[in-house]
Amino acid sequence: MTKVNITINGQQLEVDASMTILEAAESAGIEIPTFCHDPELTRVGACRICVVEVAGARNLPAACTTPVSEGMVIETESERVIKARRVNLQLIWANHPQDCLTCEKTGSCKLQDYSYRYNVTGSPYQGEAKVFELDNTNPFFFRDLNKCIYCGKCVRKCFEVNGAGAIEFMYRGFNSKVTTAFDVPLEESSCVMCGMCVDVCPVGALTPLQGLHNNRPWEVEKVLTTCPYCGCGCTYYLHVKNDKIVGLTPNFEGPLKGHMCVKGRFGWDFVDSPDRLKTPLIKKDGEFVEATWDEALDLVASKFKEVRAQYGPDAIAGLSSARTTNEENYLFQKLLRSLGTNNVDHCARL
Amino acid sequence: MTNTINEVEDAKAIFVIGSNTTENHPVIGYRIKRAVKKGAKLIVADPRRIELCDYADVFLQLKPGTNIALLNAMAHVILKEGLADEEFIKARTENFDALKATVEKYTPEYAEKITGVPAENIIRAARIYAEAETASILYTMGVTQHTTGTDNVLSIANLALLTGNIGKPFSGVNPLRGQNNVQGACDMGALPDVFTGYQSVTDEKARAKFTQAWGVELSGTPGLTVTEMFSAAENRDIRAMYIMGENPYLSDPDSSHVRYCMEQLEFLVVQDLFLTETAKYADVVLPAVSWAEKEGTFVNTERRVQKVNQALKPRGKAKADWQIINEIGKRLGFGWNYRCAEDIFTEIAALTPSYAGINYERLGVTGINWPCPTEDHPGTPILHVGKFSRGLGRFSAVEHQDPAEKPDEDFPFLLTTGRVLYHYHTGTMTRRSKGLRKVLNEELMEINPHDAKALKLQESDLVKVSSRRGEVKSKVRITDRVPRGVVFMTFHFKETAANLLTSSHSCPTAKIPELKVTAVRVEKA
Amino acid sequence: MERRRILLCAGTGCISSGSLAVKEALLNELEKRGIADQFEIVTSGCHGFCEQGPIVIVHPEDIFYCRVQAEDVPELVEEYLVNGRVVDRLLFKDPISGEAVKNHMEIGFYAKQSRRVLHNCGVIDPENVDEYLAQGGYEGLKNALQMSPVEVIEEVKKSGLRGRGGAGFPTGLKWEFTYKAQGDKKYVVCNADEGDPGAFMDRSVLEGDPHAVIEGMLIAAYAIGADEGYVYVRAEYPLAIKRLRLAIEAANRLGYLGKNIMGTDFSFQLKIKEGAGAFVCGEETALLASIEGERGMPRPRPPFPANSGLWGKPTCLNNVETFANIPLIFRIGVEEYTKVGTERSKGTKIFALTGKINNTGLAEVPMGITMREIIFDIGGGIKGGKKFKAVQIGGPSGGCLPEEQLDLPVDYDSLTAAGAMMGSGGLVIMDEETCMVDLARFFLTFTQKESCGKCTPCREGTKRMLEILERITQGNGEDGDLEMLEELATTIKDSSLCGLGQTAPNPVLSTLRYFREEYEEHIYEKKCRAGVCTNLVSYFILPDKCVGCTVCARNCPVNAISGERKAPHEIDQSVCIKCGVCYEKCKFDAIILK
Ligand SMILES: Cc1cc2nc3c(=O)[nH]c(=O)nc-3n(C[C@H](O)[C@H](O)[C@H](O)COP(=O)(O)O)c2cc1C
Ligand code: SF4
Ligand code: SF4
Ligand code: SF4
Repeated sequence: MTKVNITINGQQLEVDASMTILEAAESAGIEIPTFCHDPELTRVGACRICVVEVAGARNLPAACTTPVSEGMVIETESERVIKARRVNLQLIWANHPQDCLTCEKTGSCKLQDYSYRYNVTGSPYQGEAKVFELDNTNPFFFRDLNKCIYCGKCVRKCFEVNGAGAIEFMYRGFNSKVTTAFDVPLEESSCVMCGMCVDVCPVGALTPLQGLHNNRPWEVEKVLTTCPYCGCGCTYYLHVKNDKIVGLTPNFEGPLKGHMCVKGRFGWDFVDSPDRLKTPLIKKDGEFVEATWDEALDLVASKFKEVRAQYGPDAIAGLSSARTTNEENYLFQKLLRSLGTNNVDHCARL
Repeated sequence: MTNTINEVEDAKAIFVIGSNTTENHPVIGYRIKRAVKKGAKLIVADPRRIELCDYADVFLQLKPGTNIALLNAMAHVILKEGLADEEFIKARTENFDALKATVEKYTPEYAEKITGVPAENIIRAARIYAEAETASILYTMGVTQHTTGTDNVLSIANLALLTGNIGKPFSGVNPLRGQNNVQGACDMGALPDVFTGYQSVTDEKARAKFTQAWGVELSGTPGLTVTEMFSAAENRDIRAMYIMGENPYLSDPDSSHVRYCMEQLEFLVVQDLFLTETAKYADVVLPAVSWAEKEGTFVNTERRVQKVNQALKPRGKAKADWQIINEIGKRLGFGWNYRCAEDIFTEIAALTPSYAGINYERLGVTGINWPCPTEDHPGTPILHVGKFSRGLGRFSAVEHQDPAEKPDEDFPFLLTTGRVLYHYHTGTMTRRSKGLRKVLNEELMEINPHDAKALKLQESDLVKVSSRRGEVKSKVRITDRVPRGVVFMTFHFKETAANLLTSSHSCPTAKIPELKVTAVRVEKA
Repeated sequence: MERRRILLCAGTGCISSGSLAVKEALLNELEKRGIADQFEIVTSGCHGFCEQGPIVIVHPEDIFYCRVQAEDVPELVEEYLVNGRVVDRLLFKDPISGEAVKNHMEIGFYAKQSRRVLHNCGVIDPENVDEYLAQGGYEGLKNALQMSPVEVIEEVKKSGLRGRGGAGFPTGLKWEFTYKAQGDKKYVVCNADEGDPGAFMDRSVLEGDPHAVIEGMLIAAYAIGADEGYVYVRAEYPLAIKRLRLAIEAANRLGYLGKNIMGTDFSFQLKIKEGAGAFVCGEETALLASIEGERGMPRPRPPFPANSGLWGKPTCLNNVETFANIPLIFRIGVEEYTKVGTERSKGTKIFALTGKINNTGLAEVPMGITMREIIFDIGGGIKGGKKFKAVQIGGPSGGCLPEEQLDLPVDYDSLTAAGAMMGSGGLVIMDEETCMVDLARFFLTFTQKESCGKCTPCREGTKRMLEILERITQGNGEDGDLEMLEELATTIKDSSLCGLGQTAPNPVLSTLRYFREEYEEHIYEKKCRAGVCTNLVSYFILPDKCVGCTVCARNCPVNAISGERKAPHEIDQSVCIKCGVCYEKCKFDAIILK
């Protein structure tokens, strides 16, 4: 790999020639703000919040799309850069609902973070603000395009990763909008509700309905686990608050890069379905009656012993489960085999 | 899978057979579509015009139950056109001559008669697959759920061996495992003939090892498979049954028979999250916890062992499955005392060479692909590099056989079953999710517009579907996703339990039931 | 006997003013008189003087008739073609002297031009490849094919040719980059999107001399190693598309396109892609996205198309006029070519002259000519004898130059230094009745509407700039507005993704630079000196001119005017709605705007 020498904020670095300014800065621990950048998506350089000053360049190039080159001298927080960032943030604010207090994204919103970082308290520009109708037609998340900052990550995620291509930029100029083909509600589009767009939206434009008003990032504990549905094996963090799941973040560092489908992303609420079994049951005279664990387990053990004694171990059979853990499958077959039979199977074939 | 999920994206050709990937393995579906965007050629073989067909270079719309004829014909073309990887065949395989002799008669024209796929498409598909620098085959139940399931898989392997598309990146033979931990359940020996890591119960050495480790006498006779178990229950050879986290009443073929068999049992224990249709027949029901309330590991379809961590307290008095089994084991006098899932995992690793190097700490945020023999081994994303586990890759000479059920005058349609994106398996979980329920909460049997017209059916009309074993009522969705003469149902909905219709004819080797081919009658209800 | 050649312009302009009817009338008339075989009637491409169309030129005498209509034909044939008497009333009248001019090259509009790229336009029948060949067509290609690709690129570099599509990037260098880029496949793409409102030089070249563009592309393809090319033409140019299609067919037929061109192993196929017409689709990366079937939205550069263009392959993308220069370079040689132009801007540039000028139309001038020569010699000065105020150069995102800058030599670098740009060659001339603030507002309305919406500064920033300008022109400008405009302009220029955003503030910045006092008058004195911004003008009656005829008072819809009969009237400013009726009605010029 060829290397080049560059200077970022006075710091001399030797970096891979294939890096962008953003990557080079990251490697030196310098954080450059971004809205539209996502390492796995096409680089679009759309939001312009990552612009930096490069000695000799006429404009302020975007750090996320500009490759480093030998001898490049870069300032990531110069006065000119900060001014451009501030103006761009103010331009966004001129068009953004000021309802952070109740916005679901508070605390994990990049617009908030950067406004804080650059001390932008609102917008000096008065004028027209866009008004878009809320799209809450699907049961999993709603779209509030009034908060959209046009980073286009959702568009690219949907097209490049999912392949659904449900959303696109539409119209031009100030009337531009990120929406479905023919501007219909998401539910009528080719959307497959994977929620990947929701997970990359840097602001509160795409918000899951689950955990609404109950999911502040600082209130929840995040527990890494693996999806219980199909064999793809997506991993993610469950957001837990007061012993309830209130949300989910995909594991972007995982092997599947945080890609998920609708079942895994939104279909976890069966956990607290009211008809969960909460106690052992024993059938008496054709009816189930609640029992203690000891009663139930003793009964099971004694029945197994009884059948084995009377008909031999091969009169017992066990169906294990492709849904439970390795440890449980292991123990299950160990139990059956310890009883003296190999009659153990599961529904791998179904 | 012999290769990883992410590799699919960079294959130069992908052959998807009997897998509606975008709905059943959505994340792998994304990879396939991405691969196509990157220029990969895609071949799709399926009776239904599934979403992937929109991306395919060739769509082989075969009649259900004719996989072998198709695959043999592809092999025929590959050989005839000199597209085989001679070097690979010489160095790494055996039994090539038998294959050659068998596929000789499977000309594309001959296969066309059996499969209904135009000969020219078979030729195109064979060329695409064989000429690509790297080609990956993906398949699922559309291949295995047949009376010829095992042979189907073998003929898939033949193609990979013929072209050297195995044991290298972006290629391989890749069964996509349907459920989150089928791979793990198999690895753990939840199968009648093997202990963990596929160590055979008939192997003296293996048995001795487990006998010693577990301190019990072990049987050396392979046990019964699911379908056999139910028949044995019918014959009263099986008297007691323990079912953990499964719903065979809905998931297994010929439900009424399953139910009859369960009723013959003297004692049935069912352990589940919910009072499933199966649990209703139990004598004892043990409440288990969900994945979010316990610790452990799952193995995904690419053999990646990943961590499950406890996020919630157990609901009510429910316990983790392992705790329940542990308690039973104690009561049976096995002297067990597992304190946590990790204790069990340590034992697994000690007894299973392919897991020997794995421990909880190592799993981190990415998990590890087995085989991982030692603690400093990085895991094995790609199998069979340089050498097959059995030494040489063996070609298998297999012949086409008609499916066990054929349509006739009384049952003129072929029913094939599967899943849809928004639901999963028998719906025990997904149908308890508010959002998923809202998107779809009933069966919509797919039927071709021509057939619908002949039966005077309108969209969403109710029909009675009957087979030689039972009948259900379902609404219809009229769509040319299914060809004429074929109807498609899921098994997600207990109200329209498709498995009341299916048969338990199964593949003699793998004992997988032929869920993909059932002769049915459709009438307006 | 040598037949006399009658050239009938069939460019889009002349066709719309009736040239096809003239042709038919001419054919009929000649037929009727039985003298048809003495004449060769050629429908040519545009002469550039569309405002004077339909244009008929008779050779060999080179008599230039303009505004000829079908009903003029019998007279023209009888008087001139048969009897040799020039029909005076159909000759061009010099706008200054009012004298009739007989010959083509004596007309001021043509005299100072240097028609090198346009040398075939208006001279040959663009639908007949033989006429192109007769003028030395495809000789440049022949010469180029005898060189190595590297030598071809060297020639182009030495010619000093710079991109005519706007940015003025050295063409040879671009070719060299594309030549050096790694790729199993390369493309040549011609940008014929021509989105600048009012510009039509590319259209004229395509309509008048399509083979020149093809030949230029062929030489480029040979030089960089491409075997496939696209011409991206806006769909609103049906005639250009038709002629280009015919030309491609002819070239294919004659072996100038296709496999093994002129017996070499160089092959090239050329396709036409019709664009749907968004302005931003002229931006090269958006254009490529559009060819690929995606929404026409600019992509970041780098990577430049030279390295990763169409479908990620190295792509040489040039403008129509740029390509049309290439055959010339290879036909007459670099030495001859570089005799025209300045040190750093070689050759000629075609401009579309519009606005308050006498001769509007298309003019090809040598680089380095002064703006004054273009406006006053070629353009014939300001219409109606009014005073020149400013010239806007470079399209909607160009800049406005004032009187003081008129002696500026027209070349890439001087224009940029003066706050304008060459752009694709639009020139809009304004007189004293143009309000510079309103003008800036007008251009910004265009760019804001055409912003693709991708990047924040352009999408949001131009909107806010526009709102401020609207406020100012409506009389609601405030202290601080100019500073805010400048701040926005700087950020938009600094941080926009593509050329559209980066240049959109130019009309505002250049007018602020040269006409700041007009802005200040709007804001602080609530005054529009050009009388354009209705909210800012007031109507006054001059007492010494008013004769008290009462017409104004009777016509005022809000009864704002009072006064005794035969005595000077007066307007009540608090009631006046500035409809201007009084101004129009007064026969004594007693009402003025202030
Ligand atoms: C908003 C915008 C519109 C443009 N429109 C055109 C156009 O209509 N025609 C054109 O040739 N170049 C246009 N360009 C310039 C092209 O991006 C590109 O620089 C040019 O086609 C390159 O050719 P050249 O080097 O021969 O000039 C436009 C640029 C921008 C930023
Ligand atoms: S939920 Fe998934 S499919 Fe739907 S728009 Fe978002 S990314 Fe696309
Ligand atoms: S909805 Fe969110 S992710 Fe999509 S463009 Fe808007 S801000 Fe970006
Ligand atoms: S500068 Fe304007 S036109 Fe160009 S990319 Fe940005 S929004 Fe689009």
